Amino acid sequence: MTSPSRLAGLLREGRFVVTAELSSSNSADPEATWRRAEVLRGSVDAINCTDNTGAHVHISSLAAAHLLVEKGLEPIMQLTVRDRNRLALQADLLGAAALGVRNLVLMSGDDVTAGDHPDARRIYDIDSMQLLEVAASMRDRGTYLSGRKLEQAPSFFIGAVENPFAPPLEFRPLRLQKKVRAGAEFIQTQLVFDVPVFKRFMDMVGDLDPQRKVFIIPSIGIPRSARGARFMQQKVPGLHVPESLVTRLERTAPARQAEEGIRIAVELVNAVREIPGIAGVHLIGIKWEEGVVQVAERAGLLPRPTVSPVATVGGRP
Amino acid sequence: MSVTERLVLAIEKPLKEAIWGCQMCGQCILHSTGLSCPMRCPKNLRNGPCGGVRANGNCEVYADQPCVWVEAWKGSRRLPFFRNHMEHVQKPVDWQLQGTSSWINLVRGRDRMAPKGWDAHDQP
Repeated sequence: MTSPSRLAGLLREGRFVVTAELSSSNSADPEATWRRAEVLRGSVDAINCTDNTGAHVHISSLAAAHLLVEKGLEPIMQLTVRDRNRLALQADLLGAAALGVRNLVLMSGDDVTAGDHPDARRIYDIDSMQLLEVAASMRDRGTYLSGRKLEQAPSFFIGAVENPFAPPLEFRPLRLQKKVRAGAEFIQTQLVFDVPVFKRFMDMVGDLDPQRKVFIIPSIGIPRSARGARFMQQKVPGLHVPESLVTRLERTAPARQAEEGIRIAVELVNAVREIPGIAGVHLIGIKWEEGVVQVAERAGLLPRPTVSPVATVGGRP
Repeated sequence: MSVTERLVLAIEKPLKEAIWGCQMCGQCILHSTGLSCPMRCPKNLRNGPCGGVRANGNCEVYADQPCVWVEAWKGSRRLPFFRNHMEHVQKPVDWQLQGTSSWINLVRGRDRMAPKGWDAHDQP
């Protein structure tokens, strides 16, 4: 086995981590992935490679994650249950491990009707909760879901997602705990624009998990224009964008909206940092890695720690 | 299919379809999900709602229909029993049981069989 998860090491040391989402390429040329990823080097601790995000086809998260490993960048491989059955999922998990991928974020995924192939057959053979359990079992018990033994168990740091803003709001913290029982060690949340609602969610999570066994990393979006913010508010499933935020951008001259978006994101980072139990931030600038770097810098999150802090313990990353 | 199975299905199928929109998965967990059938979820989620539920509580995919898991949560709060089953991690669906009688599978214990590699850890 190669190196353990550096992200896991930082979180377990109690460092405030910074992750970011890489815009996935539509290019057969690996340079397209590397070019975008290089922008993030030194500004974040790990980089999410999305799995057909928004149900639009892009380069596979497994391939993108491996391209990052090749360049010494730490990927977080996202995997949805939308496009693969349990055989394909386990094959890709094992393949990812062999290619040096250590961090996973496992989820249901946006429905096919949200994307550019609404006529596709959705799979959903198992659900995201069950996939967490499957990945944890591959690691901890060294078996496939069928019970068959692996020759060498993978070493994963397992993540999941949760949306604190989607109904039923009272069930969301319980569902998060359920994910922790299934195997989630860290959570990246849906984009946080509404801090008070997020804070209430975190209070409920804290009541259920006073030991804070799970690392919670809220996602912070970096709006680039008023139009983009309006689109997110009206078209993206599960997003809650307050009207005041969109109006604030609309009142800004178009040439200065990107700058205002950075300012909004920095304010959000500073606001969520105040909430007890937050382990880091996940920055999302859609096709805008430069925006991520600027937010990290202005929110005082730089420089990032450079050394790999911990070693593997008992086969776990 | 035996005569008994056919007879049971003749009662179970129309009854459950009419009342709960049953999809005949053959491994019923209605009692654990506030009497809202999780197989009506377009993503077939057995463990709670996805992140796409609309602010009004409707489904991400079918905007004019309530999310089956929003209904499940409400339903489970009204039930006098099995309320904490909403917190159980449900095992993967056995697609071999599609179309069979969950009543017979219940009696035979077939619906409780999980894959060998499934970690059925303690439920709260």
